[in-house]
Amino acid sequence: MRGFGKYAIWVYSVMAFIFLLIPIAYTIVFSFNNSRRTNIIWNGFTLDNWLSVCEAQTVCQAFGNSILIGVVATVLATTLGTMIALALVRYRFRFRSATTLLIFLPMTTPEVVLGAGLAAQFLQAGVPKGLGTIILAHTLFCLSFVVVTVRARVASLDPALEEAGRDLYGSPIQVFWRITFPMLLPGIVAAALLSFALSFDDFIITNFNRGAEVTFPSFVYTAAARGIPAEANVIASAVFFLAIALVLVAQFTAAARRRRLAKAG
Amino acid sequence: MAFTAFSSSTAAAEPVVRRKSPIALFLLLPGMFYLILFFVTPLISLIITSLQTPDPLIFGQFVNAFNWQNYVTVIETYGEQAIRSGGYAALATLFALLIGFPLAYFIGITLRPFPLLQSLALVLVIAPFFISFLLRTLAWKQIFSTEGPVSGILSSIGILGPGEAITGTAFSVIFGLTYNFIPFMTLPIYATLVSLDLRLLEAGNDLYGSPATTFRTVTLPLSAAGVMSGTLLTFIPAAGDYINASREFLGSADTTMIGNVIETNFLVLQNFPAAAALSLVLMAFILVLVALYVKRSGTEELL
Repeated sequence: MRGFGKYAIWVYSVMAFIFLLIPIAYTIVFSFNNSRRTNIIWNGFTLDNWLSVCEAQTVCQAFGNSILIGVVATVLATTLGTMIALALVRYRFRFRSATTLLIFLPMTTPEVVLGAGLAAQFLQAGVPKGLGTIILAHTLFCLSFVVVTVRARVASLDPALEEAGRDLYGSPIQVFWRITFPMLLPGIVAAALLSFALSFDDFIITNFNRGAEVTFPSFVYTAAARGIPAEANVIASAVFFLAIALVLVAQFTAAARRRRLAKAG
Repeated sequence: MAFTAFSSSTAAAEPVVRRKSPIALFLLLPGMFYLILFFVTPLISLIITSLQTPDPLIFGQFVNAFNWQNYVTVIETYGEQAIRSGGYAALATLFALLIGFPLAYFIGITLRPFPLLQSLALVLVIAPFFISFLLRTLAWKQIFSTEGPVSGILSSIGILGPGEAITGTAFSVIFGLTYNFIPFMTLPIYATLVSLDLRLLEAGNDLYGSPATTFRTVTLPLSAAGVMSGTLLTFIPAAGDYINASREFLGSADTTMIGNVIETNFLVLQNFPAAAALSLVLMAFILVLVALYVKRSGTEELL
């Protein structure tokens, strides 16, 4: 790639980035729109939507539900997934390939199938749909992603460190909590963040299993026909800024650590 | 962060010695129990539901049976939507690859001398994950709407006739699918390109390979694993998606995909057997596709 090719890829990529950012910019800009009923046409700048987010009560309630579901599903999926990841990397057991298959199949199943399957099961078992069924469904699809993320981290751990712990008469429980767990923590945190993001933004599986409960995405879906209130844009934009800030902090601390290590080495 | 899920196996420090221990059982059982209870049995429920037949006594209820006719009926009734889903998803995957591959190349190889820019570019690619999927799609709907800027320009130069709209067409649905899945395509390809040894490209150059030849014989084969998982991560959700194609978003009655049909049959018409049969047809189709891919690479590497 030289000469023309070199510039071409810069131009093409910058255009692709702009393309990726257009709807994000649109959503953020329209959170400042002075709209009363619907938020389709630009009516002038205002901060009102940001200052009175919860006046549109349903939006805030839906947001609260999404946070609650996300937190509970993340805790469940991260715990179960981390345990599976440890077992997959560290231990020998029968039915290994069947187990691996069972873990990865949900990732290759379209959401609409997962959603309809769970809904059919809840229907047959007579389980009423609500927050509980949404949490169960979210835990399911987050689980596989947690296993994949944590497994990579377990595989890169140096077993010698745990051996050293055992040599120093650490009990298996001490070795786990003082050595293994702290070293796995970055992987576990990444998996938890990914689970939360997946759960928070899920619509399809939720829609099949929510009954009358409203999450943030299902609120947006229902409201789409008659126009989204600007408060929804406010919440989405706030979540976006928070997430980007988190990612940037993580990226820069990682970069700083790499530089420190490079200097030390 | 998110992209770690897609990166293929991280180089292990040592070949791990796997032990046999009862601890393995303790670690595996809760998760496996969960997967069996909420993944395997739901699939069995779907199979049972898909074979049900209407209750002769109570209208709107179904009784268990072996009504294989359901499958024939749904394939006859919704064949068009099923083929359309495959077609839309395939086109969206192709366009996402055409945008995602150069983008991944740019971040993984062109930006390698600038680590800070590289991190920032990566954040830009995952940025769409952090703003609601539905709101992003609605934003495109409003940008494309008749009052929006794009329609104005297109009608003034005569591409768009009077009374014609961009939304509700196959174009807008494929556009939306492409947009929404670009990060899923870009990240796995990036993960393979970022660890590509640049000396190999130099070697190609030294051996008088043109940039095109080097790309075709070195870069492309070395990023094949990323392209494969990116294609799957785009095609699978795109084929089952029903947001982009729904009437409230970028589609219309002419763009109905299989996901929309499943949703309507299950949640609106409450024709559970039809919805279940269609879900299983979709799943079977995708599993065949994944199996063909896996045959060419190997599961553990792929996901």
